[in-house]
Amino acid sequence: MLRYFAIRLSRALLTIALVVTFAFIVLRLSGDPALMIMGPEAPPEVIAAFRKAWGLDHPIWVQYLDYFKAIGQGELGRSMRDGRPAIQLVLERIPATLALTIPAFLMKVLLGIPAGIYAALHRGSAIDRAVMITAVAGFTVPSFVLALLLVLIFAVQLGWLPSGGQDSWRHAILPIVTLGFGGAAVLARFTRSAMLEILGQPYIRTASAKGVPWRRVITDHALPNAAIPTVTILGFMVGSLIAGAVVVESVFSWPGVGRLLVVAVANRDLAVVQCILLLVAMTMVTSNLIVDFLYGLLDPRLRSKGAEA
Amino acid sequence: MTPLVSISDLKVAFDGTHVLHGIDLDISKGEAVGLVGESGSGKSVTWLAALGLLPAKAKVAGSVQLEGRELLGASGAVLDSVRGRRVAMIFQDPASALNPVLTIRRQLCESLALHRGLRGEAARIEALRLLDLVGIPDAPRRLSAYPHEFSGGQVQRIMIAMALAGQPDLLIADEPTTALDATIQAQILDLLSAIRREFNMAMVLISHDLGVVAENCDRVCVMYAGRIVERAPASRLFDDPWHPYAQGLIGALPPLDGVRRRLQAIPGTVPDPRALPSGCAFAPRCSFAGDGCHAGVPPLAPFEPDRAVACLRPQRVPVGLAAE
Repeated sequence: MLRYFAIRLSRALLTIALVVTFAFIVLRLSGDPALMIMGPEAPPEVIAAFRKAWGLDHPIWVQYLDYFKAIGQGELGRSMRDGRPAIQLVLERIPATLALTIPAFLMKVLLGIPAGIYAALHRGSAIDRAVMITAVAGFTVPSFVLALLLVLIFAVQLGWLPSGGQDSWRHAILPIVTLGFGGAAVLARFTRSAMLEILGQPYIRTASAKGVPWRRVITDHALPNAAIPTVTILGFMVGSLIAGAVVVESVFSWPGVGRLLVVAVANRDLAVVQCILLLVAMTMVTSNLIVDFLYGLLDPRLRSKGAEA
Repeated sequence: MTPLVSISDLKVAFDGTHVLHGIDLDISKGEAVGLVGESGSGKSVTWLAALGLLPAKAKVAGSVQLEGRELLGASGAVLDSVRGRRVAMIFQDPASALNPVLTIRRQLCESLALHRGLRGEAARIEALRLLDLVGIPDAPRRLSAYPHEFSGGQVQRIMIAMALAGQPDLLIADEPTTALDATIQAQILDLLSAIRREFNMAMVLISHDLGVVAENCDRVCVMYAGRIVERAPASRLFDDPWHPYAQGLIGALPPLDGVRRRLQAIPGTVPDPRALPSGCAFAPRCSFAGDGCHAGVPPLAPFEPDRAVACLRPQRVPVGLAAE
């Protein structure tokens, strides 16, 4: 069991290292931060001084090693734009993002899972078809289109809700609905197919043949099994709590991590971008670890396999 | 004496395709009846329909009575009080017939709580007794194990223990040994027979294996394409099958003693239920078929008090001679 987790953990660390490396390479290949921040008209000696100050005059592999060494010491660098520690900039934005993503996550779970279960139990009914049509719409329509549509209806036409900003809880409603709807759709579809698959299993027939009332066949026999695949999707959603709102935050000009990322990428503010990516990679990897752990709890077959490994 | 279960004119259709064409079958108390036939002949569907276990899209008609009480169209509560309590069922593939995420204890005690009101320690003791009865060694320790921790034969024993938990009057064993090794098959069949005698429980043994049925049953019904084509005491059917299909099934078995002979295969394949021949469904494969056989479906006609056959040209020639 311990070895099982040691393998998972080292794999997780490797994932983080790869993400950081990838971000490092892409950002340095795609433009010169000195030019982006100082502007193309800046005198060459100013650019050179900037490069020297931020270590950009070293060969790229030295920069890379320095960067890793710094991360190892917990030093994530400073923003090239305002000189403050990158981590501080990012942490400041997290509460605003969570204010959108946590309610949206709850909406996904509370709407998507019951809708999926209901649709599976009433397969072929009008409600099943309605749920499925909504679900397909929910994950085929890109979030920025949905966001604009909601703004058009509720802000422009009806005037019920503000179209952007962060002044009151009312400003959060449209972004939350935009985020939650797509996720609820994915979850509903996934839960439905997981449930249908389980309901076709011989052990469900066994439970009925034993005289277990249908309601309890669902709650005691079907749901614990259907939870296993659904946990995968939930884990993915938890993993995107920090950075899952990039598009929506931009559309609704919500000052969260997502918007910080967009601005930092546009400005080639390397430390900030890398800091956010590191954070995202860590939340993703952590939620994957939690999912692995939950699998073990939910599925005794995996538990004994894990014990052997 | 009223039979324990009485099925009359039971018909089942899926999406407009008829798969059962009117089954008549009585099961008396304590009796062992075999249902034989190739896959798709309707053996399992008969009992799944009788217990209301078919999916909702299946159209079921006719009558299934348990001691005079109608089961077809009965409410969920009535069916739940019959399933497991009066009529229990075990299935072909034991490995997938138990819930993989629940312990054996949970699954056994669920039946004990539902049908006998046993809970807590009382249920645990009874569960141990049942596991012991079906021959699971080291029961106290294994009670908390999950299905995947047992072998196929052991899981089928646990299924039998679970079926016994409700002290049923009738056990439907749907191909209980098909998925098991030959040596384990015999053990499971012996266990079923022993239990049946001990509790005077009626049993329906569904199998495609005529040998299994002949050894374990009093009466046998041979099914073909959704109909019973021959009904006879097990010993007599084996010695002297009348229906050409039953003859074919027995001809395909190696003889237990006497001269070794060439095994006879039945030519052709089972007809598609969507495109059944107009007359007797077996006529296209039957070497005795005449013009009349293609004209209409022959009824299951009683020729002797305990024998009936649905054939216009029943072959009353011993199989040994027919094979010469």
